[in-house]
Amino acid sequence: MVSGLGSPTYDLHSVGDHDGNFYLWGAMGGAALIGLGLAQAQPGKRVLALTGDGEQLMGLGGIATIGVARPRNLDIVVIDNQHFGETGMQASHTGRGVDLTAIATACGFAATGTVRTLEEVQRLAAQIAESADGPRLFVIKVLAENPPRSLPSRDAVFIKNRFRAHLGFAAA
Amino acid sequence: MHSPQLNPEARAGDDWPSELYRILKAADVRQMSYVPDAGHSQLIRMFSADRDVVTNVLTTEEEGIAIAAGAWLGGQRSVLLMQSSGVGNCINMLSLSAIGRFPLLMLVTMRGEWAEFNPWQVPMSRATQPSLEAIGLKVMRADTAEDLIETVESAASLAYESDQQIAVLIGQRLIGKKKW
Repeated sequence: MVSGLGSPTYDLHSVGDHDGNFYLWGAMGGAALIGLGLAQAQPGKRVLALTGDGEQLMGLGGIATIGVARPRNLDIVVIDNQHFGETGMQASHTGRGVDLTAIATACGFAATGTVRTLEEVQRLAAQIAESADGPRLFVIKVLAENPPRSLPSRDAVFIKNRFRAHLGFAAA
Repeated sequence: MHSPQLNPEARAGDDWPSELYRILKAADVRQMSYVPDAGHSQLIRMFSADRDVVTNVLTTEEEGIAIAAGAWLGGQRSVLLMQSSGVGNCINMLSLSAIGRFPLLMLVTMRGEWAEFNPWQVPMSRATQPSLEAIGLKVMRADTAEDLIETVESAASLAYESDQQIAVLIGQRLIGKKKW
């Protein structure tokens, strides 16, 4: 899993640290594209990029690039609170009519969807576990809140080497 | 192997794109991403015809920085092609390569510095090397075909074997004048 900077990184860490997680603390707009490079290098493994609405909005062009690349093992899940939560909860585009799933559909994604309840999240988890014909993008609408943060390591070299060791690659 | 045929008669002077392709294949590059430039067109064609290499056309150059990091996380080497105007788009995303010490090899064709017709290419041309160095990349530069081949060979070793972030600038003088 690759998590976008801000709350998605804290959310991913909050459910348990894992060697197969790569947490971003910067590189805004890059989460899904790191997922693309990883998915292309590891076609036999499923890759999930977990990000936020602000982070994905900065990488809108990347949705087109991923749509053209058409990896069958990459899912993007956007935790969408319709705000830039890290910087003072300023309203983002997704609460003002911009629909990331419609953009992904227009870019040729194999499946998209928006969920708003925990029951729908459960069904989404089951869907993500199934194979796909191409990239998928799902939006989970959440309340704009600031729950306590669960902070992973900010040492990108450590997280990188740990991730690669998890896949069986030696550190340089 | 599904690699396109190289011209066995090719020499550095007349076919440096084929030489770069050979060097990058020898370095086991498995992913290539690009925003097109006329100076890279032959290399783009060769990689696009190579079924052992995944190529990604980008909407903006910084996407390639992120893809390169992801490829490395998954155990693959990659290369990123762009022209100098694209370097400005990359700067913040290069934080990822710099702070994560991800191997990075960018081949940048220069515009706006030699027999340039379009003045809009000039400001970013001037800013290319200083901005790359400011964010922490090592910049290497070649203005002759012979030097370019040696430079890219050395840059590939530095990037993939020593975890360095390298941009090779390919002088506009080498690429030749764009015909309008």
